[in-house]
Amino acid sequence: MSKETKTQAVQLDKTIPNGAKTAAVPPIPKEKFTIIGTDDFSGDIIARPRIGYWADAWRRLRQNKVATVSLFFLILMVIMVIIGPYLNGINYEAVDNTAINQAPSAAHWFGTDALGRDLFSRVWQAGRVSIAIGIAGALIGTVVGCIYGGIAAYFGGIVDTILMRIVEVLFSIPYLLIVILISVITDSQSIFTLMLALTLTGWCNTARLVRGQMLQLKSQEFILAANALGVSPWTTIIKHLIPNTLGVILVAITFDIPSYIFSEAFLSYLGLGIKAPNTSWGALASAAQQTFAFYPYQMFFPALLIALTMLSFTLLGDGLRDALDPKLRK
Amino acid sequence: MSEKTAQLPENILEVTDLCKYFRVSRKATLKAVDHVTLTIRRGETLGLVGESGCGKTTCGRTMIRLYNPTSGTVKFNGVDISSLSGKRLLEFKKNAQIIFQDPYASLDPRMTIGEIISEGMNVHFNYSDKEKTDRVNDLLNKVGLAQDYANRFAHELSGGQRQRIGIARALAVDPQFIVCDEPISALDVSIQAQVVNLLIKLQREFKLTYLFISHDLSMVKHISDRVGVMYLGNLVELATNLELYDRPLHPYTKALISAIPTADPDGEATRQRIKLEGEVPSPINPPEGCRFVQRCKYACDRCRQETPKIREVKPNHFVACHRCEELENES
Repeated sequence: MSKETKTQAVQLDKTIPNGAKTAAVPPIPKEKFTIIGTDDFSGDIIARPRIGYWADAWRRLRQNKVATVSLFFLILMVIMVIIGPYLNGINYEAVDNTAINQAPSAAHWFGTDALGRDLFSRVWQAGRVSIAIGIAGALIGTVVGCIYGGIAAYFGGIVDTILMRIVEVLFSIPYLLIVILISVITDSQSIFTLMLALTLTGWCNTARLVRGQMLQLKSQEFILAANALGVSPWTTIIKHLIPNTLGVILVAITFDIPSYIFSEAFLSYLGLGIKAPNTSWGALASAAQQTFAFYPYQMFFPALLIALTMLSFTLLGDGLRDALDPKLRK
Repeated sequence: MSEKTAQLPENILEVTDLCKYFRVSRKATLKAVDHVTLTIRRGETLGLVGESGCGKTTCGRTMIRLYNPTSGTVKFNGVDISSLSGKRLLEFKKNAQIIFQDPYASLDPRMTIGEIISEGMNVHFNYSDKEKTDRVNDLLNKVGLAQDYANRFAHELSGGQRQRIGIARALAVDPQFIVCDEPISALDVSIQAQVVNLLIKLQREFKLTYLFISHDLSMVKHISDRVGVMYLGNLVELATNLELYDRPLHPYTKALISAIPTADPDGEATRQRIKLEGEVPSPINPPEGCRFVQRCKYACDRCRQETPKIREVKPNHFVACHRCEELENES
């Protein structure tokens, strides 16, 4: 009780000089104040036109010259593998005994191979197979990986642990072994067996990526906010989780495509891939390798196209990664 | 309608023995919220203060069932919410909303502001597109932003503007009760005042009830009617604003209040600060007894053995301390 009176006394002491100070300044008369009103929102109107997330990403991608050139080259490649085999009117399977191992000429633009087949038609036909395997493989891998990674991240806990251990086991098996096993078991070397072999472990990387991204998103407050608003889990996944993972997925796809193309080329080169008369860039290079010392052009064209396509996809992926990350915006 | 409101109990929220434990490993349990009992009256602002990691946020989130409580009951308008599901849970979620701490993480970067605000409306109301746009524009005006913002993305806005969007999103479903989970701690000081004053204005306009979680004691004093103090998952003191800041009873609250700097230089020079010894112990597997015992200079044997229950020491002044009466008589 005594303490309280003391503090009151101290306060009283202090108020006296303060009060004296304020009394020294004469109060401003009310007439001197005018009401100027409150701010309207004119200061808030933003001059820059409205730009969406994807429009912004596209704008940034176009600013990146390397990525733009890669994109144009890839579009050109897609057009060429569609129309290329018909351009010079020679069927890619047609064997011509009179024109074996010919150098590039007016009749055969890229020359002919050991059976007299036109290389120009064959290179584009091979491109069809290679690019198809690349894109289809990447898409299958992405879809499976997204679902798998999404389930692991969404349910978490023990489900997550088990699913991720399975991925680690699959990841540690050399894929060449799997490919050989599958071609032995299925006893066929069609394009589908090849695709099966390639995608069987190919989705693991995407699954890990998607899981990581979704785990990070799951604890974000906007997901909690959606939960607090009563938004259903399914809507949350469709409206929040997937759009926010899409950037990462898209970049993963562009990096996956060249790796599938290369795997196919590599397997065909080893003789485990596409069988004649159908062909792919890897199979063409493999066939040309035996006579490389005498007819280097047979190797040159498929090898060049593999290299350029892979390079373009990688550079485009690089550009996309930069373009889709809002933090890198200039 | 008036009949219905007349039936509503005076306490909008009654929390009894609420516990939320997280299992950290097989043996360790993190007791984030441990036997918290409090009531929130309709139309008031209850401040909840405490240092980092004391369970304020978990407490707030459990109250609106973002987390399922480990034990205890939360009654909203007299209805226990822990057993609700389906339509009735949705109805509760419409009435109890939350404003988050981090204005950067709480808005989806891929959605426009209009989409963010109308997210809750899509769940709870059947609005036509036009009604929705009107309502979004109306809400933007209410929180002090131009309608122009509806088409923008969150990354184009500043922290204060984003927090206003967070408030508009919560208001969009016409809630009665809003948990403000440190809504100002991520903002610049000049913006803090704007957002707090906006919250006060909206409270009057929509007759809202707030649970205002913060570690900024002066701000809590400014906005709250009553204040609760948490320490390590326990509610240690709950009293009216004036009572708590002028006559704190719990030793921890005393130390906390003494740490508030004053704007007056003379007062600041003579301010006696109670310094606490030691660190906050871990909330994982805490021992029996008062949670504050290691740092309390008044600790006795009873404090070490028996966890003090929160009790009404004076009218409307609840304290969880065995010795608070004798300590008050001593001084």
